Amino acid sequence: MLGSYRAELLKLRKRSAVWVLFGAGLVLSLIFGYLLPYLSYATGDEQTDGVPRAQVLAGMLPARVVDNVIGGYPIFAGALSLVLGAIVLGGEYTWGTLKTIFTQRPGRGAILLAHLLGIATTIAVWVLGMFAACALCSIGIAAAENGAMTWPSLLDLAKGLAGGWLVLMMWALAGAVLAVAFRNVALPIGLGVVWILGIEALFAGVVNSLLPDLEFISDALPGANAGSLVFAVTGMATADAPPGVREAVGGGRSLLTILAYCALFGVLAAWRTKRRDVT
Amino acid sequence: MDALVEVSGLTKRYGDTLAVDGVDLRVLPGEVYGFLGPNGAGKTTTLRILTGLIAPTSGRVRVLGGTPGRPDVLGKTGSMIESPAFYPYLSGLDNLRLLAEYAEVPRHRVDEVLDLVDLRERSRDRFSAYSLGMKQRLGVAAALLKDPELVILDEPTNGLDPAGMRDMRRLIRELGSDGRTVLLSSHLLGEVQQICDRVGIIDAGRMVAEHHVEDLRGEQELLIRAAPRESAHSVLSGLLGADAVHRYDDMLRVQVDPARAADLNRALVEAGIAVSELHTSERALEDVFFQLTTTGAKSDVG
Repeated sequence: MLGSYRAELLKLRKRSAVWVLFGAGLVLSLIFGYLLPYLSYATGDEQTDGVPRAQVLAGMLPARVVDNVIGGYPIFAGALSLVLGAIVLGGEYTWGTLKTIFTQRPGRGAILLAHLLGIATTIAVWVLGMFAACALCSIGIAAAENGAMTWPSLLDLAKGLAGGWLVLMMWALAGAVLAVAFRNVALPIGLGVVWILGIEALFAGVVNSLLPDLEFISDALPGANAGSLVFAVTGMATADAPPGVREAVGGGRSLLTILAYCALFGVLAAWRTKRRDVT
Repeated sequence: MDALVEVSGLTKRYGDTLAVDGVDLRVLPGEVYGFLGPNGAGKTTTLRILTGLIAPTSGRVRVLGGTPGRPDVLGKTGSMIESPAFYPYLSGLDNLRLLAEYAEVPRHRVDEVLDLVDLRERSRDRFSAYSLGMKQRLGVAAALLKDPELVILDEPTNGLDPAGMRDMRRLIRELGSDGRTVLLSSHLLGEVQQICDRVGIIDAGRMVAEHHVEDLRGEQELLIRAAPRESAHSVLSGLLGADAVHRYDDMLRVQVDPARAADLNRALVEAGIAVSELHTSERALEDVFFQLTTTGAKSDVG
C-alpha cells in the first residue's frame, strides 16, 4: 500500500497539470483576496462601494488570513479541485494506464485508495501553499499600512485550513467519481464545472424565489454545504463572502453532509473500479 | 505436470457478441506457448481474463494455481497486454520506477530490465517521445520487472522494425530457456514457429488446435519438378494413390515418406519422364493455420 501511495505521489509531483491548477488557485486567491482589495484601498476614497477603507484594510490583515485562503474554496478552488480529481482518475482511462497498474501486485481497491490518498495529499499541499502565500501578503500589507499583526489562534487556523481541505476534497472526489463513471477526463470536467459554477447556484436561486418548499433540496447540495462550512470555520460576514458562497445550514450539519458526500463518492468510485472490465 | 495456466470452457460475452467461446488452454511450466489467431479471434480477450483485467462470463481459469487478478498471482506474473500503456509525461525510467513501487520490487531491478531490453541510454527521455519500438521494449521491461514465473506478452513484436523483431524474439527465446514460462500471442506465423514450443490456434473465439509446433507442421513431404508434369502426376498417382499427389505451382507435392524418394525417381525415369528437381519439404505452420482458420475445418490436426 505504501508503495502504491509513493507511486501516486511520483505521478502527481511530476504532472505539470497539477501545478498549473495549483498556480491558478493561488493566483485567484491572491488577486481576489489581496491585489484587487489593496488597489481599491490604495486608490479609492474613504468608502468603496459603501465599505469604509479601514474595513477594506482589515480584510487583508493577518487576522483575516483564513477568510482569504478558503473563502473561494466552495466555488473557484472547488472547481479546480474537481478538475484535479477528474484528471487523476480520468487520465488512467484515457492513457490506458489502468491496465498497466492493475496488472502489478496490489488489488484494485488498494490502487484506488492510493489514488485518493495522493489527491488528499496534493490538496493538503495546495491549502498549505495558499495559506503561506496569503500569509506573506497579509504580513506585507500590515507592514506597509501599519496594520495590526494579530493572527488567528492556532485552533482557528487549524479549523479553517482543515475545513477548506475538506471542501476541496469533496469536490476532488466528485471529479474522481465522475471520471470513473465516464472513463474520461473531458466530460467529467465539463459537467462538474458547469454544476459548481452555474447549475447549483441557479437551482438555489429558483428555489429561494419561486419554490421555497424545495429549499431542503438546495440546502442538501454540495456547494451549499461547502459554503456553510466555510462560514462556520471562518466566522466570515455574509457581506465579505465571495460571489456564490452562501450560508445555507449550520456548521455541524454542513460538516456531516460534506463527510457523507466524500464517503458516497469514494464508495461509488470503489464499487465501479472493482467491478469493471478494463478493456 | 501441473499447468501454470489452466483454462477450461472459458467464455466471454459482450452483449450479443461472443468474444471467447468455450476455450480450453493449458500452459505447462517452462514452455513458450504461442497463442495464434487472426485479428479479432479472441486472443487479447483471453489474455485480459488471464491477467484479471476482465471477468469471464463462464468457465474455469487458474493461473499459477490461483484466481487471475489476485495480488499473489499478479506478483508472479508479468504481462504486456495489447499496446504498452504508460504515463506520457514521465520518462521511461520514472514509469518503471513507479511500477516498481506498485509491484513492491527493489529499485535496482529497474536498471536490470532496462539493460535487458537495451533501453538504458534513452531511459530518461519522456515516454511520449519514444518510437513505437521503444514503447514496445519498455512494455516488455515492465513485464519483466517482477522477475515473474509467468510472462504474458500480447503481440510483443507489433510495430517493431525487422531488427527489433529479431531482438525481441531472441529475448523471448532467452526467457524461455531461463526456465520461465512464456505465453505469447501473435498473428505472425513465422514468429510462433521460430519461438514457441507449443501453439494453440484460436479462430472466432474457439480453440481449433493445440499442439507442439512440430506436430502441427506434420510429416515431411516431397516436392518434385518433372516434365511432362501431367505424365508424372499419372505415374505417381498410380503408385501412391491420387490423394497423395497434388499440383503445386509448376511442381508436384507428394505426401510420402521421404525415404522413398529414390524409388519414385526411378519409376519416373523408367516411364520416360525427366526429373529436374526432387527434395523434401516441411509443411509450414502457415498451411496448418489457413487450413484451420479459413477453410472452416474445426477438427484437430495432430
